[in-house]
Amino acid sequence: MLRILQFLYRIRAFILFVLLEVLAIGLIVSNNSPQGAAFFNSSNRLVGNILKKQADIVQFFSLADANEALTEENAQIMRQLIAIQSKPDSMPIALDSVLSTTYEFRGARVIANSLRFSQNYLTLNKGSKHGVKPGMGVFNSEGVVGRVKSVSENYSVAFSLLNTGLMISSKIKSSEVLSSVQWDGSNSSEAKLLYVPRHVTTQAGDSVITSGFNAVFPEGILIGVISKVEPDKKDPNYLDLTVKLSTDFSKLTYVYLVENTKFNELDSLYSKSEMTNEY
Amino acid sequence: MNIRSLISYAFLVLLLGLVQIFFLKNLALFGLAFGFLYLLGILILPTSIQAIPLMIIAFFMGLSIDVFYETIGMHAAASTLLAFLRPFWLKVTSPSGGYDEVAEPNLSELGIGRFISYSFLLIFIFSMAFFIVDQWGTGGFFGVINKSILSSIFTTLLVILVQLLFFKRKRGI
Repeated sequence: MLRILQFLYRIRAFILFVLLEVLAIGLIVSNNSPQGAAFFNSSNRLVGNILKKQADIVQFFSLADANEALTEENAQIMRQLIAIQSKPDSMPIALDSVLSTTYEFRGARVIANSLRFSQNYLTLNKGSKHGVKPGMGVFNSEGVVGRVKSVSENYSVAFSLLNTGLMISSKIKSSEVLSSVQWDGSNSSEAKLLYVPRHVTTQAGDSVITSGFNAVFPEGILIGVISKVEPDKKDPNYLDLTVKLSTDFSKLTYVYLVENTKFNELDSLYSKSEMTNEY
Repeated sequence: MNIRSLISYAFLVLLLGLVQIFFLKNLALFGLAFGFLYLLGILILPTSIQAIPLMIIAFFMGLSIDVFYETIGMHAAASTLLAFLRPFWLKVTSPSGGYDEVAEPNLSELGIGRFISYSFLLIFIFSMAFFIVDQWGTGGFFGVINKSILSSIFTTLLVILVQLLFFKRKRGI
């Protein structure tokens, strides 16, 4: 017994090393599981405050660009508003549930962002106090940005689209073919379009939009434009498509958060009918 | 380590951490070369430090950087590995005979050649570990090697530069 203890004492440094590594790997795993409770991240109040200060300074220099983008968007929204407000030539009747709104939008500012790793995250300056919930979609005027992962009182952390763990349900606009967009971890302006069967005719230049099937994003938000069409080398049944992302992830400042208010209803319907929803 | 050098060490670590978070976090040369300047805080700890406190310091230093990088556990795992290997590598790179015992393995005590041979491999192992964990499951071994080599060169340069500019010199380098 004594000798065992002596032996353990002699290799105590190694034992501590193994323990610390196991702890670190445990943290990595719990952080990467989508449902995992993550306590140490930038939605922490202190860390969030520091990152916000930094973003305040850095984003001061891009105010002009942000302003321009906002003005442009304002103009577009104004046009749509006028189109809606024009005098109806017939009586609108709220009969169909299709006409009721299912999506709620909120604005937020990006205070931290990374794009050089394979798992990239954004930190936003809105939290549960402002009505942000895990699972909400994130996009901006250019296109899809990501999905909210975890939320604290004042801040939230979102998966960037540049995260190899995130898949977004999408379709090709011209042919309505359902597919999924996933980043392959190499180039921060390109992603892969998965599950497009070989028989589909598509070409470079087709736009890829959100499908609206995964209950996170409404239908029709731009994701990107197909830039390369090749047959898949590994699986001959599918095409190997590369999408040029429409969002410039190196210049994210303001984003919108979208929440599907019917999400719970849909989710319980799916679980009642024993379907697994891979949102 | 007396109280004065302890305070100046704490100050240095804080400063390196701030530079890492505010500046180097957003910087990647050619999209490949990352700077892990805060490793300087682990590299220049005195040689007399025991393995256990060394690893604990490295672990928590890595963890606090992780919080800002949104990469929980990755810096911590890699820097603990660096700290674990440091005593062995320090023994290997010191000249045989042991007449040249150094108190603190920094640039002015080791000299430029020995400091590079001491720090480069440790930083390389750190980067390897970090990027392997980062790319886990997504393949791309070539990318890992590429990033690790360039990052460790960049980090070594940074580490040397900071010491040349801000540390007291002893042997006239």
